[in-house]
Amino acid sequence: MSSKYLHAALGLGLMTAFASPVLAQDAVRISQKGKQFSEKQLSLTSGQSVVFVNDDSVAHNVYTIVKGKKQDLGLQKPSEEGSIAFDSAGTYRVRCAIHPKMKMVIKVE
Amino acid sequence: MKIIVSHAKTLVIAAMVAGTTTGLATAQDSLTRADYERPTDIPFPEENSYSEAKAELGKMLFFDPRLSRENNLTCASCHNPSFAWEDAQPTSVGTPMSRLGRHTPTVLNLAWGELYFWDGRAESLEEQALGPIQAGGEMAQDLDELLVELRNVPGYVQFFENVFPGEGVTADNIGKAIATYERTLVSAEAPFDRWVKGDDNAISEAAKRGFEVFNTKARCASCHEGWNFTDWGFHDIGLGDADEGRYEVLEFDALKHAFKTPGLRNIVERAPYMHDGSLKTLEEVVDHYDSGFVKRPSLSSEMQELGLTASEKSDLVAFLQSLSSDDPAVSLPKLPN
Ligand code: HEC
Ligand code: HEC
Ligand SMILES: [Cu+2]
Repeated sequence: MSSKYLHAALGLGLMTAFASPVLAQDAVRISQKGKQFSEKQLSLTSGQSVVFVNDDSVAHNVYTIVKGKKQDLGLQKPSEEGSIAFDSAGTYRVRCAIHPKMKMVIKVE
Repeated sequence: MKIIVSHAKTLVIAAMVAGTTTGLATAQDSLTRADYERPTDIPFPEENSYSEAKAELGKMLFFDPRLSRENNLTCASCHNPSFAWEDAQPTSVGTPMSRLGRHTPTVLNLAWGELYFWDGRAESLEEQALGPIQAGGEMAQDLDELLVELRNVPGYVQFFENVFPGEGVTADNIGKAIATYERTLVSAEAPFDRWVKGDDNAISEAAKRGFEVFNTKARCASCHEGWNFTDWGFHDIGLGDADEGRYEVLEFDALKHAFKTPGLRNIVERAPYMHDGSLKTLEEVVDHYDSGFVKRPSLSSEMQELGLTASEKSDLVAFLQSLSSDDPAVSLPKLPN
């Protein structure tokens, strides 16, 4: 079991007061719906990953450039999901290769 | 259309709000109708805001043959207002009378665009405009020579100085002026728009049925969406030629043979169709989508055999015909000397 699930399980058992620092380590879910990402901007701490879920009726293809290399989630059909880990600080532009109007910025600290 | 300087973001929000409220208040069919409501103003980017003088200068440049090497071609030679800003040829003819590899797209309604050219290789209209001036197969003009040529035309020097004080005739400013003019080229209200606004007699019963097919069984709206009927995205719709399109710019498997979804406004006037001009009529287009496409790994997952009946096909064509507007004739500008 990956550490992110452990954190999630722990989070459920803890009081609300403790929940947010635990969640900060967690994966963030971003929905793709209406050919848009559910957030235009997102701040993360390094090591977090983002799960991109396709809640649309058409296919998408999320990608970003990390250290000059393409991070490509490939073709995502409706209800499929995929994640990208953001391990180092920086500003990342995330876009759909099929629908270039779908874009968001992720800041990692 | 009234021109108001605004940003794309505000516009989209306004359009969506309008869509939702009407949708909630009325029946299902008007909910889809409302999704096609025309925007009320044209978005101009902050870096290149609108002014009447800038658009006027851009229009002169668009219609000026001095922008080409042989002084014999203008932007409008290929983007001809009489053919909804296309050239009625499968692929166009440039300098020196060479056939280009791709069909001339319209320049209507590009203010709302995201990436330009069939393969999206230009990020803005400003950047795009300088492409054809220099392209070997198009106007084949050396940019530095063009600047010298235009700086020798006192009328232009004055116009540029007016619009871009302290900067004058530069390549950037040529791009900015042309892009501003292009953003003002918006197709006028079509019968379809009058129907969207509630005039039930504006389009035929066949066109109404065609609109339904377009949004449901034929799935056209999964790519041709919104008032200009495009998602501005890139798809392989299974045309048979070897052109790899968007893949040549961005190497993702899903982008092989993918081309930009064209808007469908004034589509009757824009024949022949597709990036290679290979389909001559709207009937051929509908047959292509029904079952005439090439199946290959990069084919869009939105492309499926449709099994349309003969009447559904002719209804679709009737609907597409309702998207043509009676745009006012375009007058030629007086060019400076
Ligand atoms: C010889 C014919 C020809 C001339 C002259 C020409 N174009 Fe084009 N234009 C084309 C073709 C063909 C394409 C598509 C090329 C491609 O996508 O690879 C195109 C594409 C475009 C596009 C992109 C449209 C879109 O939907 O992305 C714009 C904008 C445009 N031209 C503007 C201009 C301007 C401005 C000029 C004059 C400076 C000009 N063109 C001159 C043939 C021409
Ligand atoms: C998968 C997305 C997609 C779907 C679904 C789709 N289209 Fe298209 N359409 C495109 C793309 C992309 C092009 C340009 C293709 C090319 O030239 O390679 C296009 C081109 C066209 C053109 C020609 C436009 C021009 O300027 O030449 C027409 C007309 C058209 N589509 C109508 C339809 C109709 C009608 C349907 C439904 C039966 C439909 N489309 C379904 C993406 C789509
Ligand atoms: Cu997408």
